[in-house]
Amino acid sequence: MIGNIIKKEFKELFVLSTLLPIVVIAIVFGLVGQTIGSVGERIEEKPVIGIVDMDGGDFSDTAMSVLTEKAEVIYDGSDAEEGLEEVREENGVALLVIPENFSQNIYANQPGEIEIYWIMRGAGMMDSISSGALEGLIQAVNQGISTKLIQEDSSFDPALVLAPTTRIDTTFFKEKEIEGLSPSALGNMLMSQSIVIPIVVMMLIIMAGSSVISSMGMEKENKTLETLLTLPVRRSHVVIGKMVGSALVGVIMAAIYMIGFSRYMTSFQFSDINLADFGLALGMPDYLLIGISLFTALLAGLSLCIVLGTFAKNYRSAQALVFPITALALISVFITMFKDFDTIPAVLKVLVFAIPFSHPMMAMRALMLDNYSLVIGGIAYTAVFTAIMIAVAVRIFNSDRLLTGSVQKRAGLGKLVWGLRR
Amino acid sequence: MKAVEVRELVKDYGNFRAINGISFEVNEGEIFGLIGPNGAGKTTALRVIATLLQITSGAVTVFGYELPKEAGEVRKIISYLPEEAGAYKNLTGKDYLNFIAKFFGEGEKFQNMVQRGLEIANLGERINDKVDTYSKGMTRRLLVGRALMVNPRLAILDEPTSGLDVINAQEVRRIINSSVEAGVAVLLSSHNMLEVELLCHRIALINDGIIVASGTVEELKKEYDAGNIEEAFVKAIK
Repeated sequence: MIGNIIKKEFKELFVLSTLLPIVVIAIVFGLVGQTIGSVGERIEEKPVIGIVDMDGGDFSDTAMSVLTEKAEVIYDGSDAEEGLEEVREENGVALLVIPENFSQNIYANQPGEIEIYWIMRGAGMMDSISSGALEGLIQAVNQGISTKLIQEDSSFDPALVLAPTTRIDTTFFKEKEIEGLSPSALGNMLMSQSIVIPIVVMMLIIMAGSSVISSMGMEKENKTLETLLTLPVRRSHVVIGKMVGSALVGVIMAAIYMIGFSRYMTSFQFSDINLADFGLALGMPDYLLIGISLFTALLAGLSLCIVLGTFAKNYRSAQALVFPITALALISVFITMFKDFDTIPAVLKVLVFAIPFSHPMMAMRALMLDNYSLVIGGIAYTAVFTAIMIAVAVRIFNSDRLLTGSVQKRAGLGKLVWGLRR
Repeated sequence: MKAVEVRELVKDYGNFRAINGISFEVNEGEIFGLIGPNGAGKTTALRVIATLLQITSGAVTVFGYELPKEAGEVRKIISYLPEEAGAYKNLTGKDYLNFIAKFFGEGEKFQNMVQRGLEIANLGERINDKVDTYSKGMTRRLLVGRALMVNPRLAILDEPTSGLDVINAQEVRRIINSSVEAGVAVLLSSHNMLEVELLCHRIALINDGIIVASGTVEELKKEYDAGNIEEAFVKAIK
């Protein structure tokens, strides 16, 4: 008896419409993972660096021996500008300059300065793996010098022995030269500033998208759709009305969620760096662009949801249709969090750009770095995407699909435009 | 002017032909019934006229408006009651009537519509309860109220008394008749032959997507030498 019930449940639930989105998303996640590559492999790679040793003393020799052993040195000369150019061209991490008097200062109980010129390519978590490896190397250099100090003479200041060098960081990130920050610090700061928007976008899309898809499912389940479609109201107004109503519900639900989430996030806030000091602060036009990006992405998401919602047969099947939206939102969050748009492979760039929700997630970071073309291009794309999706939704509303699951063929752009007017 | 003119209407669902070249007319102030068994094509025909389905071939006009080109105009003058209709469960009955009436009028016109809807539904105090709590009969009465309160020029009613008990069915038939007296044309479908005899001025017998006979009840009974319309229908499809 119980076997019979299990068989019935399985047959009802294990259908193509519920299986297909999961298969597609599994393939997409697999491709994303394969394209990004293995974190483990990246960590084991030696960081590519250039070195300019202007000191030539005992301690710079120690530093050089540690660095040449544990890093791939592509420039070892005396011209800092030439070295920096070489590092840039070879996709290196940084140029380390050991100035004159480095060893002399240490002998004089003063920490030796190491100038590090970082080449930062992206602000995602995975983009900082190479610079993180170099940070570890600097620790190894310090350890080597400390060992030498202890071996040579025990009269050195213990504070010097524990920290024999200091760093002067300069980071070149896209068009900006940021003094006093390493890529790790800069990445952390950008992440702490821009993490909230992707989470807000994700919650908005999931909450509002779920509402609009469920609304379509409930119209069919409650047998109200036929009546609605015979009322004297344009199909485009029905579509837009459903989108806006769902957006309002989504905004309220996401706001409630974000109250709790922001409390949670404040416990992780550790950066007291003032963005304005580094030329990264956003102005009113920037915030306006972020707002427009967020709005168009929400509309794009909802228009996609309403198209998906037309496939819902009832409330339960509507719930299954929310999954692709959730997965797309998650893919956007993960990719933009782990990698910078500029540093991901071309295939992923196309995927990320094509997912409309990605654009507000990337907008804040892009605007901090004056990358207006990505943000404005994203807004234009999501607006066009929304218009196309609304046109598709209206066309479906004008067809037989909603009631019968099939479409009476009526080809042609003219018919599409005519359909929108109805 | 004819309320409805259907000429050689064909409707296909993929490879399946649900309606195969039917023609009929509905006059103003008339109750016209499409009568036939389940799957005969009655609901499909009503859905086409109610602007819900596309036409495969043929022509349909409603008060001179051509479908599908003037579907927007048609929706302003029709009211459609599907056989298996529902109302929004989180709304009260009164809120549901308000929601529908707002599409058809404002101010006094709106108030009058809602008042008429309340009278037709006749749900007493329960009109202020959520639709979710209504019985099937109560929901149907609300929906009949919704369909007729807007003073349509053409009411398209698919099995209007479906799911109602004898008393409620009789009441709904009385409401339909009074609407017709006020000038509304009614196109209804039914497989309840008694109801058809009581209600319709003219009928068309439909089977397998084809109209096999049409006329007044008396004409059809005479034509097929039948004691009632059910017998006439059986003889007509043989």
